[in-house]
Amino acid sequence: MAADASVVEVVLESDLKNVEVAEEVTRRVSNTAGFDEDEQHRIDMAVHESVINAIWHGNKNDPSKHIWLRFEIFSDRLEIRVRDQGNGYDPGHLPDPLSQENLLNVSGRGIFLIRTFMDDFRVESRAGQGTEVVLVKRLNSNNSAPSRREGP
Amino acid sequence: MSMKATLRQIDSVTVVDMSGRITLGEGCTTLRELIREQLGKGKKHLLLNLADVTYIDSSGIGELVSGFTTVSNQGGQLKLLNLTKKVHDLLQITKLYTVFDVHDDEAKAIGAFEKSAGA
Repeated sequence: MAADASVVEVVLESDLKNVEVAEEVTRRVSNTAGFDEDEQHRIDMAVHESVINAIWHGNKNDPSKHIWLRFEIFSDRLEIRVRDQGNGYDPGHLPDPLSQENLLNVSGRGIFLIRTFMDDFRVESRAGQGTEVVLVKRLNSNNSAPSRREGP
Repeated sequence: MSMKATLRQIDSVTVVDMSGRITLGEGCTTLRELIREQLGKGKKHLLLNLADVTYIDSSGIGELVSGFTTVSNQGGQLKLLNLTKKVHDLLQITKLYTVFDVHDDEAKAIGAFEKSAGA
């Protein structure tokens, strides 16, 4: 399938100052893929949260580590992979930030926003190879936030 | 672009005109320190004007929540003014729109503080 896609790959040093670089690349790629301005912002935010997770939780804020971004533009969708050098996590075990007892929590909304803004989100952790999150946004999808998607 | 904040005092209300990004790192730290500083000076009525905030992420939302609870716990009030569509949508998605007292008219927002203070 990758042969049918246009591919953009970026390697970043694991530093918060590079989050805006990732955002800029994401906006350009999502614009090229044909998403409108609102959808570009949602994709941008999903990548922003993913890259912060990779730097902060995956690479433990270690600037000697790296983040890999891979964008694949298909005719019907954009697939984005964000890979770090961490040990992974299980997104199925995160508390629901919308439940009454968590509503005023200071943290815990990043993955929720990614799920809300994208059509598909999955985490692939492989021993010794870091954690890779895969974000998928379909062109002309009906996922127009604000709306609640399933799960935290 | 990092976050910038300028302060105006109108009666008992400190209006904080914010611009730029409220994101993990500098933006969140600036907001946290600003609120702590104002509370330290006894300024407990804070109106955050978000009209020129270009970007807010999950950490920025968390910082707003933290500010809201910190100010409330000290007997004060924190209200929001002039949300952009993006911030408005984020607060709706996260169900926080009903938690915060949100205004789009500065005079009315300031009046809301006075009303609460006199109640």
